[in-house]
Amino acid sequence: MTVMQHIWIVLGVLFVLLNIAAGLIWVERRMLALWQDRLGPNRAGPFGILIVLADTLKLFFKEDWIPPFADKWIFITAPAIVVGTVLLSFVIIPFAPNIVVADLNIGLLFFLAMSSLAVYSIVLGGWASNNKYALLGGMRGASQMIAYEVFMGLSLMGVVMLTGSFKLSDIVAAQKDMWFCIKQPVGLVVFFIAGIAETHRLPFDIPESESELVAGYHSEYSGMKFGMFFIGEYLGITLISAMTTTIFFGGWLGPFLPPWLWFFIKTFAFIMFFILLRASLPRPRYDQLMEYGWKLLLPLVLLNLLITGAIALWIRG
Amino acid sequence: MPVLFYISSAIAIIATIMVITRYEPIHALLYLVVSFMAVSMIFLSVGAPFVAVLEVILYAGAIIVLFIFVVMMLNLGSVTAVQEKQWLKPKVWVGPSVLTLLLLVELIILLFRGSNTDMSMPPVEVKRVSLTLYREYIIAVELAGFLLMAGVVGAAHIGKHTKKHLHRFLQEEKPTIADLPDNRSEIPIEKDKKELAEPVV
Repeated sequence: MTVMQHIWIVLGVLFVLLNIAAGLIWVERRMLALWQDRLGPNRAGPFGILIVLADTLKLFFKEDWIPPFADKWIFITAPAIVVGTVLLSFVIIPFAPNIVVADLNIGLLFFLAMSSLAVYSIVLGGWASNNKYALLGGMRGASQMIAYEVFMGLSLMGVVMLTGSFKLSDIVAAQKDMWFCIKQPVGLVVFFIAGIAETHRLPFDIPESESELVAGYHSEYSGMKFGMFFIGEYLGITLISAMTTTIFFGGWLGPFLPPWLWFFIKTFAFIMFFILLRASLPRPRYDQLMEYGWKLLLPLVLLNLLITGAIALWIRG
Repeated sequence: MPVLFYISSAIAIIATIMVITRYEPIHALLYLVVSFMAVSMIFLSVGAPFVAVLEVILYAGAIIVLFIFVVMMLNLGSVTAVQEKQWLKPKVWVGPSVLTLLLLVELIILLFRGSNTDMSMPPVEVKRVSLTLYREYIIAVELAGFLLMAGVVGAAHIGKHTKKHLHRFLQEEKPTIADLPDNRSEIPIEKDKKELAEPVV
């Protein structure tokens, strides 16, 4: 691959991702409306698709207000961290056989490292706002994300054992005969649940739960800084969907259609699932979430690791 | 690449100095994160990607978040910053600094004189690390496991509190003094403070 090609891939991935993240605003509203028997946005443009443009314009022209009681520099940096870390995670995802920014041999670990750095955006945003609701949201976010990071990492280790590599293209290649969603069903379920908690999407949007904490960690944010949190959330959904596709559903593998299209279709199916979850499930309480994680998911995932390791050893002789 | 190594070492040193000199605890912790990331970059530049990523996942991603979490709970604000300012007088920091500087001078002399100034080390495989841990040092690993287990049990013991139902129908019946008709007036009205407190994570 020449340098020029590489640069084109980087720019292309960035362009597609930012457009998907913006487009998801419209997709989510329309789908929510469909599932909740409402109309949804239908005024601006065909099927209301120009709502994306209107929303972005609105965010850009809002007053960008930094509260005088806030810690200014941390307040400004916090929204950038979430977008930065999530975009960096996309570096390791193989979209098609040759379309990958950097196929690192520690790819999966890099993803985990970036998702563990994303916690800072919530924690610092909540702390720097100097507001009790924001602080509560930030604290909930910190404990939720630290807890679910553990299960997320452990749930992927079964796949790593079966593949013998952290490299994502190797993991995709190992699924030629059978997808890992059949060999590692427990890993898949735990990974997806942990993914929802990591992106703090509904039903696990406890850090921002608007009915009790106003808007949680981003109560004080406005304008494009709030927009960054917003875009970061949609990028996070796309990231978890793309990772689920790559690790458990064979990535680009599939008959007839070109590889990138298969990847796109599978990823989009998971994004739809994320939105369906939001449309249908109520939010658990904070202590229920913690109990669920440590008392159910952790033993489950450890058991999964033990059994996978035993079987892998037995097969290899 | 030596250039990358020197740049990240410089960042690590500057960030660590900033950690010590900040008055606001959260700012200090943020510089500590930067310092860990610089150290991780050093590992990466000498050819140990696995350790580099673990450094970010464990130290920058988990341990410092816990530190920040605790600092947030303690609600250390501007009052603490003033207090820190009073504590950080020359009388306090001159002694340790002079001693550390002496160590630094020794290190520099050794670096200039010694023959083992080679920066590039052969990368150690993950497999070899784990085999050494689980063969030769198995007792140490097991002992560390015991220690961690003791920590978990201790934390569970401290965090334990009896579940109390707020509704009187759901409360478990206990034969207490309160059941006796004569002592009705002496029922101790417990203000259950534990129920109000945040559940221990």
